[in-house]
Amino acid sequence: MAVCIAVIAKENYPLYIRSVPIQNELKFHYTVHTSLDVVEEKISAVGKAMADQRELYLGLLYPTEDYKVYGCVTNSKVKFVIVADSSNTSLRDNEIRSMFRKLHNSFTDVMCNPFYNPGDTIQSKAFDSMVSAMMVQAS
Amino acid sequence: MESLTLTDGEQKYYSDLFVYCDTDNTKKVASNGRVLDLFRAAQLPSEVVLQITELCGATRLGHFGRSQFYIALKLIAVAQSGLPLRVESLNSVKDLPLPRFVVAKNEQEARHTAMYPDSENQGSYQGVIPRPPGRGQVKKLSAHEVIQPCVPTVEPQLQPDTTSPVVSPHQSPPTSPHWRKHKRQASGGNVERQPVVVAGAVWTPFREPQAGPVVSGDGMWSANSPPPVQESWVSLKDAHPPSSSTLPAIHSSPVQENSSIRTVASATTTNETQRQSSGGYDDPWKITDEQRQYYINQFKTIQPDLNGFIPGSAAKEFFTKSKLPILELSHIWELSDFDKDGALTLDEFCAAFHLVVARKNSYDLPEKLPESLMPKLIDLDDSAEVPDQAPDVGYSGSPVEVTPNKSPSMPSLNQTWPDLNQGNEQWETFSERSSSSQTLTQFDSNIAPADPDTAIVHPVPIRMTPSKIHMQEMELKRTGSDHTHPTSPLMAKPPDLSEETKLATSMKFVTANSGDGYSSSDSYTSDQDPITSVVTRQRSHSGTSPEGLKVVTAPPPPPPRPHASHSRSSSLDMNRSFAAVPTGPQSAGVVAYPPAVPPRPLPTQTSGPHSGHRSDEGLAAHSTTSPQQIPEQPNFADFSQFQAFAASEEPSDDGEKHPESLPVEKSSEGAGPLRTVKSDNQEERAAATVNSAKGSIMAPPPKPVRRRLKSEDELQEEALPLKSNVIATVLAAQPSIPRSVGKDKKAIQASIRRNKETNTVLARLNSELQQQLKDLLEERISLEVQLEQLRPFSHL
Repeated sequence: MAVCIAVIAKENYPLYIRSVPIQNELKFHYTVHTSLDVVEEKISAVGKAMADQRELYLGLLYPTEDYKVYGCVTNSKVKFVIVADSSNTSLRDNEIRSMFRKLHNSFTDVMCNPFYNPGDTIQSKAFDSMVSAMMVQAS
Repeated sequence: MESLTLTDGEQKYYSDLFVYCDTDNTKKVASNGRVLDLFRAAQLPSEVVLQITELCGATRLGHFGRSQFYIALKLIAVAQSGLPLRVESLNSVKDLPLPRFVVAKNEQEARHTAMYPDSENQGSYQGVIPRPPGRGQVKKLSAHEVIQPCVPTVEPQLQPDTTSPVVSPHQSPPTSPHWRKHKRQASGGNVERQPVVVAGAVWTPFREPQAGPVVSGDGMWSANSPPPVQESWVSLKDAHPPSSSTLPAIHSSPVQENSSIRTVASATTTNETQRQSSGGYDDPWKITDEQRQYYINQFKTIQPDLNGFIPGSAAKEFFTKSKLPILELSHIWELSDFDKDGALTLDEFCAAFHLVVARKNSYDLPEKLPESLMPKLIDLDDSAEVPDQAPDVGYSGSPVEVTPNKSPSMPSLNQTWPDLNQGNEQWETFSERSSSSQTLTQFDSNIAPADPDTAIVHPVPIRMTPSKIHMQEMELKRTGSDHTHPTSPLMAKPPDLSEETKLATSMKFVTANSGDGYSSSDSYTSDQDPITSVVTRQRSHSGTSPEGLKVVTAPPPPPPRPHASHSRSSSLDMNRSFAAVPTGPQSAGVVAYPPAVPPRPLPTQTSGPHSGHRSDEGLAAHSTTSPQQIPEQPNFADFSQFQAFAASEEPSDDGEKHPESLPVEKSSEGAGPLRTVKSDNQEERAAATVNSAKGSIMAPPPKPVRRRLKSEDELQEEALPLKSNVIATVLAAQPSIPRSVGKDKKAIQASIRRNKETNTVLARLNSELQQQLKDLLEERISLEVQLEQLRPFSHL
């Protein structure tokens, strides 16, 4: 039920953001943006032990009336944010984790591409298809 | 209009045509020249065309929308098949051949058949195809010519139609590129050609004008193929000015490239044609032998080792030369880097190259890697076959691989999977290597997280080394070169230590890390090291949690082992010194150590005085006892003391005082050693018997004693009377020790030792009392604070 999936770079600008309901995208963009604050807060909290499993599944960042926002950070400070609709059965934690894992794997594949300059927006079709699959199956 | 169901081939074909006609790019085609030309090319009577236009609704709309256009095309096909034009026939007619359009359309069809799908198709396409294979193609052309009605008309252009409708589906993909090429060609000035639709796409063998052009093309191909292709993609464009004469201008660079590629491609034109004629449908993405050989050569220029990898950066440079947009190159990379390792194997490279070539010829990149491009580990075998097959056939120019290659390649696909798996291992290993070279996010080795720990741990062990070594040396000295021996008490200690505090475990862990880090080169077992380190830590910090934690980050202070080990030996000085040192900073913990020594004689004396002797009395007793102890020799005296103590203890054990004194001792530092001595008496005696060396005797017992002491320290309870009792007992114990040796010297030494022991005991007691004082002061302060807190309220 992911309605929006975003990949945020280390400098907190989006590398990739995609929402399923194409309309009303701005709302999700805003949500993702505000969730970055929560992500930062969680990172700094965990940052005590820097090596403490940096690829951290941050879990539910914050719930709103309609949806829940989940976050995950990688070792390179790349953040993945998933906005999931909570109208349907709430996704289990494992499902969210697996989604993040898939996201991360696809992201690493994108990074492996020598033609991809880190910092560019992700335009990989494979990545797109993976994200679409995740969003379609969710919603 | 009714809904139109189109096959995939038809869909593609129609869309290509539509795009072609949609010159204004408005998604709807007016009845412009192109459309009219198209319809005219259908070679249908004009009234039929009009009828078609009406049926499709364009007349109503005034222009051809996409759907109208498609319907029109379908109707054209219907008409061309000789079927009556009916609206119903749109969907009812099955297997309707694609509408054939003379000249332009023909080319398309030709393309369809030939093109993309296979070199075969291309070859069959007739002239177009056989670019590189030229020779063979010429023949084929002739054959095709027969087939192709349009040949003569299309002469300059590719043999379009020849392909039968059966082949059309195959053709459809090509047509699109053809169309595109066509447009480009138009820009290139080959307006005429456009209708021909450059079969362009990669394998536009079609293009190859039939005979003559073919020949020339062949010449060109053969000549140009390697060089142009090798010159990097840029040069490809330049290379074929001559070809333009022969080849449709359309070809220009892409064509030339294609041709060159074709040349590279395997040459089984005959095979291809056969296939085509047989209606075989081949994967347009197959790599011909020629192509593969060419790719392999290119691979070698970058990476001489055919089994090696081309790193991503080199591949990037290479493919950037093709002047494709980065986005497309990125997509090609994604498709071709099968194992996602950031590097290209030969197979992957060939696939990537092939895709680039295709793209250059305006073929759409597939979404997924075509099967024929999947990396095959039998690649080298194929390449070996290539030279065999390539030469003669002539380069049908079709991208389709040579049949021989194809057949093995296809099954090889299945076979490659397991190979891939195996290869993946190689690739994976390489990927680690390559990815490490990549500057990107990969954390292949999650060593980073462990680094801090190791970083922390490593310094620790380094520091620990000396202590460890020291400890070990001490152990050696004490135990006398028996590694196991020192460990035994050490082993005994850790469990005890762990019981004491949680820190022990944490410290153990840390020490284990450090120990592991350190002991990697250490001859001692890792067990010993962490244990010893733990022990040392414990000793040094004796259960003080903050210190224990600090141990993790800071090098532990040198373990007080030496002083612990020398309880009664001549190293009494050490004991004393250690006792003096620890008593200062650590009243509770370290105090335990010194007592280790004194208790021995003391317990023996405790049996005597017992019960609540005040310290004064104890002292007095001590003084009296000291001479008794004097005769006892230091080392042997210790031994005797032990024995005496044991002897005295045994009877004293019965005494009630002992139990009383025991708790009393527990509460006090002195009690600690006493009790431990008591309990350890057996051990000590045994140890004493075991160890002949003076110091060694003390070594084992002190440790257990120390342990006990520590535990007792923790259990300490402030009780002055208890302490005084302890002192009394200690002092009293002294005189009870019988003198085994009556030498003055020994007696003096013994007395000295006793005095020292007493001093230490007293010092410990002092420290304890001070500690109690501090506690009391703290309590008082807290009470005062509470009072003050309450006071304001009282004021109110």
